[in-house]
Amino acid sequence: MTRKQRRLVLIGVAGAILFSAVGLMLVAFQDNIVFFNSPSDVIANKTAPGKRIRLGGLVQDGSVERLDGTTVRFVVTDTSNDLPVVYTGLLPDLFREGQGVVTEGAIGADGVFVADTVLAKHDETYMPREVADALKKDGHWMGDEPQEAAANDMPAKANGAVTQ
Amino acid sequence: MIPELGHYALVLALALALAQSVIPLWGARRGDQAMMSVGPAVALAQFAFVLFAFAMLTVAYLQSDFSVVNVWENSHSAKPLLYKISGVWGNHEGSMVLWVLILAFFGGLVAVFGNNLPDTLKATTLSVQAWISAVFLLFVLGTSNPFLRIANAPAEGRDLNPILQDVGLAVHPPLLYAGYVGFSIAFSFAVAALIEGRVDAAWARWVRPWTLAAWCFLTLGIAVGSYWAYYELGWGGWWFWDPVENASFLPWLAGTALLHSAIVMEKRNALKVWTILLAILTFSLSLLGTFLVRSGVLTSVHAFASDPTRGVFILLILVLSVGGALSLFAWRAGSLRSGGLFAPISREGALVLNNLLLTAACGVVLVGTLYPLALEALTGDKISVGAPFFDATFAPIMVPLLIAVPFGPMLAWKRGDLLAAAQRLMAAAGLALVVLIATYALTVGGPVLAPIGIGIGAWLILGAISEVTFRSKLFSSPLSTGLRRAAGLPRSAWGTALAHMGLGVTVIGIVAVTAYETEKIVSMTPGKTLDVAGYELTLEGFSPRQGPNYRDQVGHFTIRKGGAEIGTLTPARRIYAATGMPTTETGIRTMWFSQLYVSLGEAQGDGAVAVRAYYKPLVTLIWLGAVVMVIGGVVSLSDRRLRVGAPRRARAPAVQAAE
Repeated sequence: MTRKQRRLVLIGVAGAILFSAVGLMLVAFQDNIVFFNSPSDVIANKTAPGKRIRLGGLVQDGSVERLDGTTVRFVVTDTSNDLPVVYTGLLPDLFREGQGVVTEGAIGADGVFVADTVLAKHDETYMPREVADALKKDGHWMGDEPQEAAANDMPAKANGAVTQ
Repeated sequence: MIPELGHYALVLALALALAQSVIPLWGARRGDQAMMSVGPAVALAQFAFVLFAFAMLTVAYLQSDFSVVNVWENSHSAKPLLYKISGVWGNHEGSMVLWVLILAFFGGLVAVFGNNLPDTLKATTLSVQAWISAVFLLFVLGTSNPFLRIANAPAEGRDLNPILQDVGLAVHPPLLYAGYVGFSIAFSFAVAALIEGRVDAAWARWVRPWTLAAWCFLTLGIAVGSYWAYYELGWGGWWFWDPVENASFLPWLAGTALLHSAIVMEKRNALKVWTILLAILTFSLSLLGTFLVRSGVLTSVHAFASDPTRGVFILLILVLSVGGALSLFAWRAGSLRSGGLFAPISREGALVLNNLLLTAACGVVLVGTLYPLALEALTGDKISVGAPFFDATFAPIMVPLLIAVPFGPMLAWKRGDLLAAAQRLMAAAGLALVVLIATYALTVGGPVLAPIGIGIGAWLILGAISEVTFRSKLFSSPLSTGLRRAAGLPRSAWGTALAHMGLGVTVIGIVAVTAYETEKIVSMTPGKTLDVAGYELTLEGFSPRQGPNYRDQVGHFTIRKGGAEIGTLTPARRIYAATGMPTTETGIRTMWFSQLYVSLGEAQGDGAVAVRAYYKPLVTLIWLGAVVMVIGGVVSLSDRRLRVGAPRRARAPAVQAAE
């Protein structure tokens, strides 16, 4: 093989791999991208049932109710609009009423959001960034108060835990 | 006093780094021996001062000196000793000091073990290394000073995030950083070579042990992180394609490619320009990872704090070093003469294919990781690119690579014979096929692709064994001579075989657990029994348990199989006293390579508790495979060739240090 032919083989193989990689990505981007929405976005976009999205907001106070077994129903709110959510499975350790949450799933035919994933927060003071941004956008962000509040009521919780 | 000493030591280290970044380089350009010889001494002094600063911070943690903001925010007097120490790097500021410490440590290693490098290359490399040190020290001192004080010291600290209070997380960051930062040496060597305008096979021989050592650390670091996420988070997953995980995986993919292309450069003096580019890219991806993780662009357990000035500063470092290095590359690369012709079917050709596929995989992961950030910056749309995207893109690129791996070592340099290689691999292919069919027969009705995946894993392992048996002619000569030959094979050959075998082991683990795991999520009351993949788990009851700084509610499960009791599981819900933060402690029982995995959810009233139970077949192979890969890397590092080095240009650095 001449030098030129060798180079052609190399370029051919590299081109083929590049081409397939780009092709794979384009196809995958068509099907596998999940948009983040707040309840207001869902209403504004008229998100179709069955379309997979991430829904984020605050867990409305007093909305968490246990159905049979490990199924939980709660309401996600951005304080302007709400969306009911059902989820079967274990909730993350830091899932609380009044705190931020991100869920992934799709709206069912009855208008209830069926989540298959509820994202865990790793930290007591951490508000999912998407949720914070969505609240800011809608004008419901109260500065760093949620974090402060969380920090302040920690001792109370700690006592509660110890005396349990 | 102690924090101030630490702070002062960091400032001195910065001054030394600045001196080191100019004087040796200047000396190298002028040919001034005295100026060049400044480099090693200053590099060691710089390391000593950073080490001192790190020690002072550790002392502040050990003494629970809550007048130091960093200690107050991340420690607690009741915290066990181990987590007081690991708390030093369990936060943004401290982890950046650790980063700089490891950077200075590697600089010191070059200073000590680089005696046989050409003087100018050593001096230039040390200077380049000091540029990186200097900007990171500036970053620490300017935006992330861990030694700041509070006027009125609080009596008690706020405690380390409980999920970081774990042995896995105590060792994960240092290992990962040793990997990330270890690639800085390859980067510094590459930039120094570009400045000098001279790259040859000897250069590759010096760089390879450093790359190999960094690669071993990174592999181990990623594996530990993955196992930690698996048992600590309680979700049963071992890899989430989370942007933060990808941030560590990207340099691993590029570093693996670098490791292989450096072989071609060392043996055949070819692929020079590409290897230099890869060395630059690998460390650039490490920096990108640092940026993604530390800037607050991503929220996760790793993003300790999001202070915008930090993000901008790291982005600046990233742009400067990557942009600068790539500009230098564009300017100088043309002058590097390439040599070593080879046919497409040859060892070199196989290594090129490896590099093309690994960089393609790296590119795909990079795009998937950065696309949501770019889209949000450009359009404001928030999206997430999750596991389905990576499964659909990364896997198809890796499969051809995995199938090709056993062929590589069987091909000769310059011009290989694919047919002969295939013949030598006949036995391996046949056995792998048997494994595939057996898997299929055992799991009829299961996922169709899974037996193929298991077959590929077996192919990798058997291919690696074939390589050793072929090279030592184990089956075509008397056993004793065969064994003697096998023992006499170069360590690097054993290293290759072990690393490829480890890859196969990991592949089998991944495929098995993905395809055949059983998951049950149920609500259980004491006395109830749950069936998971043939194992009966009975919840006997609950009992409290007091830990040093937490309180557990332990669930007691008895495992029975076919009526016979074979063990117990004790998952727990844990609440840390200092923060009141609950965590989940999983109960895991390992049976051979498979695991039963139980985590407890929240109490559901009426005495019931949510239980998540898994049977994870062969799951431990995922991490065992990584360990085998690392053993392969270490064996290869101990190769005589890397210790003794090229006859012309003396010994290679850092082998002792890397072990």
